[in-house]
Amino acid sequence: MTELTASPQGAATTAPDLTLDAHFPDAVQKDTRPGYSGYLVNADKLVEVATAIRDEMGYDYLSSVTGVDYMNDGKMEVVYHAYRTSGGPALALKVQTPRDNAVVPSLVSVYPGADFQEREAWDLLGIRFAGHPYLKRILMWEGFAGHPLRKDWREPYYEEDHKPFDTRWPGGDFHRSEENNPFGTNVQYPPDFSVDGWVPEAEDAIYAGAGALKESGNGHELKTDKLVVNLGPQHPSTHGVFRMVVSLNGETIDHLEPVMGYLHRNHEKIGERNTYLQNMPYTDRLDYICSMSNNHGYALAVEQLQKAKVPERAEYIRVLMVELTRICNHMWAIGFLLNDLGAFFTPALYAIKERELILDLFEATAGSRMMCNYMRFGGVYRDLPEKFKDGDTIDFLRELVNERLPRAIDDLDTYLTNNEIIRSRCIGVGVLPPDKAIAYSTAGPVLRASGVPYDVRRADPYSIYNRFDFDVAVRYNGDVYDRYLIRLDEMRQSVRICQQVVRDLPTIGGDIMSGKLQYQVRVPASEAYGRVENPKGELGYYVVSNGKANPWRYHIRAPSFINLTVLGELCKGHKVADVVGILGSIDIVLGETDR
Amino acid sequence: MYGLGIVRGLGVTLKHFIDSYVDDFRWLGKRYTSREAFNVRQGVKGRGVFTVQYPEERLDIPERFRYIPFLLYEEGPNGEQVDRCTSCGICAKVCPPQCIWIERTNDPKTGRPIPAPKAFFIDIDICMNCGYCAEYCPFDAIKMDHDFEIASYDRTTRHIWNKDKLSKPVSYHAQIHPTDYAAEEAARAADEAKKAAKKAGAAKKAEESV
Ligand code: SF4
Ligand code: SF4
Repeated sequence: MTELTASPQGAATTAPDLTLDAHFPDAVQKDTRPGYSGYLVNADKLVEVATAIRDEMGYDYLSSVTGVDYMNDGKMEVVYHAYRTSGGPALALKVQTPRDNAVVPSLVSVYPGADFQEREAWDLLGIRFAGHPYLKRILMWEGFAGHPLRKDWREPYYEEDHKPFDTRWPGGDFHRSEENNPFGTNVQYPPDFSVDGWVPEAEDAIYAGAGALKESGNGHELKTDKLVVNLGPQHPSTHGVFRMVVSLNGETIDHLEPVMGYLHRNHEKIGERNTYLQNMPYTDRLDYICSMSNNHGYALAVEQLQKAKVPERAEYIRVLMVELTRICNHMWAIGFLLNDLGAFFTPALYAIKERELILDLFEATAGSRMMCNYMRFGGVYRDLPEKFKDGDTIDFLRELVNERLPRAIDDLDTYLTNNEIIRSRCIGVGVLPPDKAIAYSTAGPVLRASGVPYDVRRADPYSIYNRFDFDVAVRYNGDVYDRYLIRLDEMRQSVRICQQVVRDLPTIGGDIMSGKLQYQVRVPASEAYGRVENPKGELGYYVVSNGKANPWRYHIRAPSFINLTVLGELCKGHKVADVVGILGSIDIVLGETDR
Repeated sequence: MYGLGIVRGLGVTLKHFIDSYVDDFRWLGKRYTSREAFNVRQGVKGRGVFTVQYPEERLDIPERFRYIPFLLYEEGPNGEQVDRCTSCGICAKVCPPQCIWIERTNDPKTGRPIPAPKAFFIDIDICMNCGYCAEYCPFDAIKMDHDFEIASYDRTTRHIWNKDKLSKPVSYHAQIHPTDYAAEEAARAADEAKKAAKKAGAAKKAEESV
């Protein structure tokens, strides 16, 4: 295990540079709104400031880009969260622009990882990014009317701005929402739009981007055409509905354009209609393999707003659940990577076998195997059950984390790691160098397999992770094989954490919830960015409260989505058969990608 | 040697293969009929496959398992049903997808609300089985069910459950949620004892002051 770094990332205590406004006296001011932090930057100086924080202050990693619609002030605000890959808290930059003509310079030239996120902000909020190379909608289709996350946009089944809806009680006049909408009116089109005459230009654009034909030079070569192939939306390797438009030169990939949004349900709009508590079960449905860790990130964000404390025992249980989730996820990722490489289902089923026991535990504790809805603000829903599977839960856990899981991981290692076919399919394929991994804002195993030891649990510790002894797994080649190996390493580290939790858990008593059980959660007007190291990468929740019962803004930095930014780059020059392997090694879940 | 990795890997496959038949020998044909065999197979020490031959075999449903909620009623002495629900509306307010509709009863004479629901609907297509209604109901009047086999032929008419369809006796709750039920009863008893003590104290005080 020489590839593991033993020391936690050092700079975790460095405070954000507090002199940014002094560096740029006429372009930057401190954000002084109560409950807000970071800096307000003038739009025309944004690129300059961003370059400076990247090159001079070390904020080389742009984690999240999103917008907020401050409708009442007539303003749109774009919010950037940048980090140092050496660790430490965020530097938040904000740019304001008038709502009716929202234009902000694009940061793709400084941070290529902003690409998809800016497209998303354009798509959902209608903020234009001047200088973006390909500013097209990304989650909605081109014929879509309006920008749904704007506060004055209303959906076809619109009932009210905020839940709870008044019709539910005490009137109880039951109806199905379809009944409100006679056939045909549940879709909105732009005003000058005709369905019959519509030509899908966006499709042309995708193919045009994909297929720019290269002349074959001196005319002595064999004349060939490029071939455009659609992998997906219905393709087994995409693990969901996801499309890759690939233009091929022979079998070699010239250009790959990911197309997503087939599973889009505007999670964030739903979230802004919901109360704070009501969002919790919705987060289960983001990355539906990791509902426990999704819960955790959201709970952290709202606890930041509330300034709530979490009891000791609840913290331990949270960590246990989240690390077990990580093991499930990586088992799943490895199993299905092998599926993608053509080893149909035997490895996948061996890998997800152990997951059964973990899901049984989730079911007995939280009530559901996958949609756990387990965490609450200030604690967890229930303590672990005393008895589980005809024995004490703690005995089960001891056996699981000390015997069973380590053995299963070793088995998987023996089974796959030295397999010559896997090695020849994976080694040297889809190489992502570290500088690119950072620039493209990749996160999680993808980033760490490229030699960047960045793990939020160490770089910006949350919950009680600083109490546990574990290493940040890191591998250096950045190819598909390393992205496979790093998942084995991470599972081993998770098992280590679980062992420590299970060792200590019986001695930690006390409550599992702070405060009273409350269904109406109110938080002061402020903003918070809660982030966790999800199995697939950094999952962030940017929540803005205006003091009412519903969040004003609820944004998710989805690791699956942002990790895809680099996919086209990774696939370039490889054979078409490698695309599925490369995609499998990134490990996406469409529930989270499309939100 | 080239190919050794594959051979070693196949060793793991062989181990899995053998493990999946050990149970057959160990339980000599009773593998699919004995509950004990089933539990060992599903346990943390089980070596073979976890496959459950549903519907012939079934996993035990853990007490906290949550599926579509049901409403509780107490059985009166003459078999009448007394709803526990007071139509306070908290479950309808807390429900994330807003799939609960409650019509409150009003007194026909005074027009004031009466603590009993006139109608209660849950659209089970929309219910996301989150369990909030059961968690936040202050009267233990709604609980999550264990019955997940509810497939039907028509979603537009069969999946909107009214109060009749939703109501189940308290005894059913006690049966599927023994631990929770015991805890609730204990809390109720403690509450009542406290009230009684307070009452007795008040009565005593009143007596003394007379
Ligand atoms: S079920 Fe409970 S929460 Fe819902 S209305 Fe009845 S008493 Fe209130
Ligand atoms: S379980 Fe959740 S979604 Fe279903 S009725 Fe109860 S509160 Fe609503």
